[in-house]
Order: sequence, then structure tokens, then C-alpha cells
Amino acid sequence: MLRVCWKGARAAARQCVCAKVTGQPLQHCRRYTTAGESGSTAGKIVAASLLTVGGGVSGTILYAKWDPKFRANVEKSIPYSDQLFEMALGPPPPPLVPLQKKPAKLEPLQISSLSEASKESKQPKAKAKKSDPAPLAAVEEAPAPPAPKTFEEECKECSHPEPVLKERSADEVTARLAQQDKAEHDALMALTAGLEETLGSTAKVTLQSIGAQEVALTAIAAHTNKIKEAMDSQTPPDKKSSQWRELNEAMSERTRAVDEAGEALLKAKEELEKLRSVINYAKGSKIHAARPQILAAEENLHNMIVDLDAVVTKVQNAQTEATIVSQYSELVNEAKVQFQKELASITPEIQANWKGLTGKLSADDLNALIAHAHRRIDQLNRELAEQRVREQIHIETALEQQKLENKKAVERAVISALEHSHEDMRLEQEKKMEEVREVMEAEMRTQLRRQAAAHTDHLRDVLKVQEQELREEALEILNSKVMEQETRYRRLTQEQLDTFTLDMNSAYARLKGIEEAIDSHVIAEQEARKAHHLWLSVEALNYTLRSAGADSPTEPLDGAVCAIKERCAENEFAQALAGAIPDESLSRGIYSEASLRARFYDIRRLARRVALIDETRNSLYQYFLSYLQAVLLFEREQEAPPTKLRPEDLHTFKLLAYATYSIERGDLELAAKFVNQLRGESRRVAQDWLKEARLTLETKQVISLLSAYANATGLGTTQAP
Amino acid sequence: MSEKELGQKWDRCLADCAVKIGTGLGVGIVFSVVFFKRRTLPITFCTGLGLGMAYSNCQNDFKSHYVLHSTIAK
Repeated sequence: MLRVCWKGARAAARQCVCAKVTGQPLQHCRRYTTAGESGSTAGKIVAASLLTVGGGVSGTILYAKWDPKFRANVEKSIPYSDQLFEMALGPPPPPLVPLQKKPAKLEPLQISSLSEASKESKQPKAKAKKSDPAPLAAVEEAPAPPAPKTFEEECKECSHPEPVLKERSADEVTARLAQQDKAEHDALMALTAGLEETLGSTAKVTLQSIGAQEVALTAIAAHTNKIKEAMDSQTPPDKKSSQWRELNEAMSERTRAVDEAGEALLKAKEELEKLRSVINYAKGSKIHAARPQILAAEENLHNMIVDLDAVVTKVQNAQTEATIVSQYSELVNEAKVQFQKELASITPEIQANWKGLTGKLSADDLNALIAHAHRRIDQLNRELAEQRVREQIHIETALEQQKLENKKAVERAVISALEHSHEDMRLEQEKKMEEVREVMEAEMRTQLRRQAAAHTDHLRDVLKVQEQELREEALEILNSKVMEQETRYRRLTQEQLDTFTLDMNSAYARLKGIEEAIDSHVIAEQEARKAHHLWLSVEALNYTLRSAGADSPTEPLDGAVCAIKERCAENEFAQALAGAIPDESLSRGIYSEASLRARFYDIRRLARRVALIDETRNSLYQYFLSYLQAVLLFEREQEAPPTKLRPEDLHTFKLLAYATYSIERGDLELAAKFVNQLRGESRRVAQDWLKEARLTLETKQVISLLSAYANATGLGTTQAP
Repeated sequence: MSEKELGQKWDRCLADCAVKIGTGLGVGIVFSVVFFKRRTLPITFCTGLGLGMAYSNCQNDFKSHYVLHSTIAK
């Protein structure tokens, strides 16, 4: 679809462009129309493309808003899209922070807190982190600090992966463990001592109070019995006073006993409270080993409380009975007093103890007494009848009262029994928990022991391996050091040897040098003499050279050369040189340079004339032409030769010009070289001259060498081999 | 002396030329007188003959150095 749009746009653009480019004056109106048409289609296409682009961008933005990952991808791949997104959607959402840090943070806190002080650690995670079996997890609600503490320490020893903490050293750990154990032990000791002390004191006090209560009980019982006895009117009167006295004593005894019992009870209650508080404190201190003692103390406490309560209820029952009996006695006393009062009112003369006054009474008194007695009896009978009538109601009310009191008592008893049973159950539960805990502790200890054993085994193996490696390393190092020392020693000895040899060599060389110098001096002198001879001979040779005439050669050089050869028979160089002189010069002699120069001009003329003649052109006609050329060609007679010859210089006339120049300057060698370049007939013509020139040059060269050599040796700067 | 060679050749050539032309002339005259009724033809002819021979000789002499001599290898 994009390509279609693109093609359409391109076609439209081309049309527009073509229309513009090919706009000619005749096609004005057509151009306008075509432009208009193409303009509308172009406009449509532009609008469509804009719409597409806008739709694409908005779609991208919307999707990026919904999916942050897509947004991130687009921002990564397209350069300035992040700015666009920020403008449109706001800043990108923050990346998800992992929630793994919290538990890890929590645990080091726990561990540090545990290891620092024996504070309570309630987090189950600390325990869940341990690789313990399930039973320990069951005892979670009452955590035992020493167990997790020791386990944490052992965990550290077992190199449990804990990234936040670093492992303490073994010494530190054992010290801390020992310290903790000692602290625990001390606390335990203190706690048990405290517990026992309080327990003992409480037991003593409780027993005391129980004893007091029982004493009170007996006192109350005695008192009640006494009262009952006193109620009985069977005893003779003189015994009555003793009875009453006894009763009073018993009463006082009872009150005292009751007071004592009450005090003892208070004290016992105080002690019990103290014991309870100590037990709670012991519970709060969370020392595991004290638990059974705590439990036992609690049991004891409970028992004491129960006993105390039982005794107290007994005492209370006795007391109620006693009150009933006392009430009854009071009633009776009251009735007696009433009766006596009545009697006294009727018979004022009669004092107390009317039973002994039967003989003293008059008939009136008696009648009055009897009438009073009858009246009293009537009254009592009436009261009795009334009572009988009201009996039921009274009984009912009494029953009601009794029921209420019973109910209350039952409630109280039920409550106390519930409490006791509740306490019993709790104690049982605690005991059971203790047992289970013991079992679990034992199991955990075995597991820990196993782990410790495995750890020690592993450590042993690792240590063995390490020892091996270290030993090998040490041996290697030793070997390398020894080798180093050895090489160093060898090098040093070698150096010493070398220096010594060097010195010896140098000394020897110097000696040799000195000897040679002396020899060479001798030799040099000899050579000098020889050189002198040679020089003289060479001079002779040079002199013979000068004997050349204008056109005739020199004398044959044979004589001089022989002389040289004779004189310098042992001088190889001179011999060689003397031998190098060509025979022709020896036998015939050589021409001088001047004669050669003169001869050269003839050669030159001739060579010019036969310049055209060579193998191919050698007819007479060519000769004629050549002669004509020589006559007609004008050129410089002498021309300085260039340092480098070009091929076009190698024709006869040029060469002859160079040769002439050279020979005029005295350079026969160069002239000979140029003449040597002649070809054809010119060369043939110059052949003899060339030969002579060569001969002369050779001989001259040898002689110059000889003279140079003679001079050199004469100067003594060169050594003969 | 190689430079003298050319001169010598020329000398020879000229001498030869003179001889040959003279001889030709003489023979021509003789022939013309004896056999050809004093016509100039034989004179010129024989002179020319002589000249030609001289020329040829001269040329051969000059070329003599450059001519390749072949031998039949047995």
C-alpha cells in the first residue's frame, strides 16, 4: 500500500515537473489544466499520506502508553522518540523493584540481635531459614533462644550462605559460645536458686498457714463442742461455771487461732504471690533448662494453693457451723435471760439461780410463778402453734435462703474447681510440651552432631588437598630458586674466566703486535731499500720513454724492464707489473703522445672522408658520396664531449670532434675511447692508430703504476705483503 | 699503418685505371683502325671496357675487406 502511494506520489510529482519543464508558450492553457488536475490528485495523495503517518504515530503512542516494554523498545530503536513519548505520555514508569531484599534484611537483624543479647526473637522466618526437620517448627509459639542461638553459630561454622554477615573466626565463635553458655548457666543457676528459695519459703509458710488453719479448725471445733456441751443442761451447776470458763477459754483460743490462721493465710498468700511473680520472671527469662523446674514450681504452687483453699473452706465451714451454734447458744442465753428477767419482774426478791430457791418461796410467789409459768407456757404454746403454722413458710424461706447460699457456695466451689482443673490442665500441657521439647532437642542435637561430623570430614579433606598443593608449590619455588642461584654462579664464573682470557689475549696480542712492529720495521727498512732500487729502475724506464722521436718510437723498453725485473726479483707486485707491459713495447718501443697526436689529424681527415663506408655501402659511388659529404659538411673541429653520450652522438663526425677536443686537451685515453666508437671503414682506417694508442696507454699506465708504487714504497707508507 | 691502406688502394686503383683505360684505348684504336674502318665505336667501346674493368677492379679492391669468403666444408 505504501508503494502504491509512493508510486502515485511520484507519478504526480513527475507530471507536475514534466509539465513545468516542458512548458512551452503554445501549451500554456494545457499546462494549467494538467497542473490543476495533477494538483488535486497530488493533494489527495499528500492528504492520504499525512493521514497514514499521523495514524501510525498516534497508534504507536497509544500502544506505548499501554505497554511499557513496547515503549522501551521504541525508545531504544528510534532516536528522539523518548522525547516525543515524554511529551505525550509523561515520564516512563519506573522499573519493578524486586522484593527479595526484605527477608534478607530481616534475617541479619535477627541474627545480630540474637548473637548480641539473649532477647526474644519472635520471627518464624529465622527458624524457617534453618534446614531443620518439621518438629522444631511445631514448637514455634514458645521459641527457645539458646537453641536458635547455638544453631545460628553452628550455621556460621558450617558456612551457611549468608551474604550480609561475614563469618566470625572460630576462636571468636567458641569464645562467644562459651560465654553464652556460661551466662546461660549462671542465669539458670540464679534462677533455680531463686526459684528453690522462694519455693522453699513459700512451702514453709504455706505449711505453717495450713497448720495454723488446722489449729484454728480444731479450736473452732472444740469451741463448738464446748458450746454444745454448755447448751446441754445435763451438767451440774458447779460444773457450769467451769464449763463457761472453759468455754471462754475455748472462745479466746478460737479467736486467737483464727487470727493466727488469718495472718498465716495472708503471709502464705503473699509468699504465693511472690512465688508466682518469680515463676513469671523465670518464664520471662526464657532459659530452656529451667523449664522443668519452672513447671515443678508451678505445680507446687498450684498444689499449695489448692490445699490452702481446701483448708480455708474447711475453716470457713467450721466457722459457719460455729456461728450457727453460737447463734443458737445466744438465742438460748437470750431466752434464759428473758425468762430470768420475767421472773425477776414477777418475783423481784428472787435473784438469779432460782433453782436453789424452791424452799424459800411463798405460796403467792409460787402461784405467781406458776401462773407466770402457765402464761409463759400458753404464750409458748401459742408461739409454737404460730410457728407450726408459719413452719412451712419459714422452712420455705429458709430453704430458699439455703438454696441461694448453696447456689452461691456451689458457684464458688465450681469456680474454684474450674480454676483448679484449668490450672491442672495447663500444667499438664506444659509438662507435655516440655517432654516434646526434650525429644525434639535431643533429635536436633543428633542432627547437629551429624552435620558437625560431616563438616569436619569435609574440612579434613580440603585441608589435605591444600596441604598437597602448598607443598608442591613450595617445592617448585625452592627448585626455581636453586636453579637461579646455580645459573648465577655459573654465569659469574664464566664471566671471570672470560675476562681473564680476554686480558691474556689482549696481552698476548700486544706482545705479538710489538714483535710484529719490530719485524715490520725491519721489513720496512728492507722494503725501503728495495723501493729505492725500484724507484731508480722506474726512473730509468721513464727516461727511456723520453727517447721517442717525432715519428719514431722509443727505444725498446726491454732493457729497462729487465733491469727492473732483476732489481726487484722478490717484489711480486713489481714483477707482475713489469710482466704486464706488452711485448710490443718491450721489443719495439712505443710512440710518444705527440706523434700520436700528429698522426691523429691524418686519421681524422681520412675518417671523415670514408664516413659513409661500411659493410653495406662500399661501392665507388658510395666513396664518391662520402667524399662529397666530407667536403660539404661543416662542423666544429673540436667539440667538448658531454659527460653522458647519447646514441645520436655516435656518428663519425661527432666522435671525431670529441676525440679532437680530448686530444687537444692531452687526454689520449678519452680520444682513444671515442675513436674506438667509430664503425665501418673509418674504424678500419683508425685501427692502427688505435692499436698504437692502446699500447702507449698501457705502457704508460704500467709505468705510472710502477712509479707510483715505487714512490709509495719509497715513502714507506705501504707495507709489502 | 691502416691509414695508409686507403691511400695505397687509391694508388693502385688509379694506376690500374690508367693502365686499363690506356690499354683499352690502344686496343680500341687498333681495332677501329684494323677492323672497323676508323670508326670511333670500338675506341669508345674498348675505352669503356677498360674503364669499366678498372672501375670494377677498383670497387673490388675497396670492397675486398668486406666480402665474405665462404669455404665448402668437407
